[in-house]
Amino acid sequence: MTTLQTPTTPAAAGPATTGRRGRRPRPGRRGTLVAFLTPALALFLLLVIAPIVVASYASLYKWNGFGLPENFVGLDNYTRAFADPTFRGDLWRALVLIVLSLVIQLPAALGLAMLLNQPLRGRSVYRLVFFAPYVLSEVTTAVLFTLVFSPNRGLGGTISRWLGADAGAVFADPDTVLFAVFLVVSWKYFGLYMILFLAARQGIPKELSEAATTDGAGAWQTFRYVTLPLLGPTIRISVFLSVIGTIQLFDMVWVLTGGGPIHASETMAVTMYQYGFRRFEVGYASAISIVMFALSLVFALFYQRVVLRRDTEGALTSQGVQR
Amino acid sequence: MTGTAKRARARRLVLHLVCLAVGALIVVPVWFGVLGGFKDNGQLSTNPLGWPDPWVPGNYTGILTTGVFWRQLGNSVLIAVSGTLLMVGAAALAAFVFARFAFRGRETLFTLFAVGLMFPFAVAILPLFVLLRGMGLLDNPLGVILPQAAFGLPITIIILRQFFRTIPGEVEEAAILDGCTPFGFFWRVLLPMARPALATVSVLAIVTSWNNFMLPLVVFTDQSWWTLPVGVQAFQGQYADDTARVLAYVVLSMLPALGFYAIAERQLVGGLAGSVKG
Repeated sequence: MTTLQTPTTPAAAGPATTGRRGRRPRPGRRGTLVAFLTPALALFLLLVIAPIVVASYASLYKWNGFGLPENFVGLDNYTRAFADPTFRGDLWRALVLIVLSLVIQLPAALGLAMLLNQPLRGRSVYRLVFFAPYVLSEVTTAVLFTLVFSPNRGLGGTISRWLGADAGAVFADPDTVLFAVFLVVSWKYFGLYMILFLAARQGIPKELSEAATTDGAGAWQTFRYVTLPLLGPTIRISVFLSVIGTIQLFDMVWVLTGGGPIHASETMAVTMYQYGFRRFEVGYASAISIVMFALSLVFALFYQRVVLRRDTEGALTSQGVQR
Repeated sequence: MTGTAKRARARRLVLHLVCLAVGALIVVPVWFGVLGGFKDNGQLSTNPLGWPDPWVPGNYTGILTTGVFWRQLGNSVLIAVSGTLLMVGAAALAAFVFARFAFRGRETLFTLFAVGLMFPFAVAILPLFVLLRGMGLLDNPLGVILPQAAFGLPITIIILRQFFRTIPGEVEEAAILDGCTPFGFFWRVLLPMARPALATVSVLAIVTSWNNFMLPLVVFTDQSWWTLPVGVQAFQGQYADDTARVLAYVVLSMLPALGFYAIAERQLVGGLAGSVKG
């Protein structure tokens, strides 16, 4: 779950709070503050912040995860990761998946959202169906698709006959497996982006496109010069969610392919899991975690500075987008 | 019929066809699963897409009459519900403070929570596992409930704070004049007024918890605590040769999520759209 809040915008100092209460300190006010904040703060510090600190510490050690880390190795785990063809491949595959999402998944979702914005009979049913995969877990989706593509008992054979190609082998062929994973990920998530675009589209006043039409703009021009710019904030947030989601992709890949064949669909999270939970190289796996964290953080900060700056003070979220 | 009307009709037809094609991509795999669960493996090989002939209910009834599925369903419900209650409770208290109290360091503290949204869950899973083991919370539902709650806090606090701010200060003044303590105001005035926002964040949290796989996967080695996603994956491993039975298990595990979606679609869509708009 990932949200990004523009830190300390001017509007963040709420009108309801400043002044009145501040000027009139009441006995027990501090106690109230502490009592109200403690549960959230304790959970957050202990289970969100502390793990990041532990991981950055452990990443400097060669450690099997038992006892205390003692074998300090400096940045060796990091140099090892960046020299490891599998991990470098993870970075490359993340880039490929991000590019595929940006040029296929998001535009398709945008197109469908524009489509469902038309006065079309039954469009609420379409919307309900398109968004439904989002509530299915990645695991369920992945198992279902494993069986759908199963060559003997699934639809693999049927699809192969339609396509004239062997569909059942897409998950077994290193050349196609990443694209196959991308398709299943898109199956589950395009509805989310579609819903976001649709909500944003419906927030655009009718008068604007009517005015454009009056001025003689065609449908494409209206979309290109009126609708699309106004959807800008939502598009930028969707790009953000898609990138952060891809960096931490795990469930789907783990169940569909386990990262194989021969690492062809492995992601950073899968590599981390393999080393951390299978081979007990916790120090090395921690270094991979920290690289994932650094990538997300750097991307988030960069994105917020450069791309989102002009958008609202709002939060952007990928609540439930992954996991 | 005029040319424009004809063109509009043709256009609508094309739009419908596109929608139906996309809809088929969504529905066919699920439909294959539902029907496949009613077939035996022989039928699946020869007739993967058609109606079962004969219908074989044994896959479904077999799963529903053993305790494993119900146990996993119960675990998923227990973890989703208790985790959501805990998370929304803690987040509402904090959001109340962030929305309606002025104090030094408030924005810093709030930013700390907001930054937490940038931590991908997968990043924390390994150190989290080490910490949970240290606290003796492995094979304990709290080992999943507490971290899920912690990771859900940021977005919930942000949404609730925004909502709490929209409630006018006069309401609070009136409550205080009537002798309400801060907690009394929070509990008896603010929370009831915030019911729609609470519903939204709860639905988001329940869906997130329901679909969580990585955390229960590493926390529960004891099968009796497995949640549905972990169970589905294990079932697939165990009955790899029995495709029809795995399909039945997948379908059954989808039903609660789809049922919940049918009831709570409005809150889910509103929550997702709203949290992006901020």
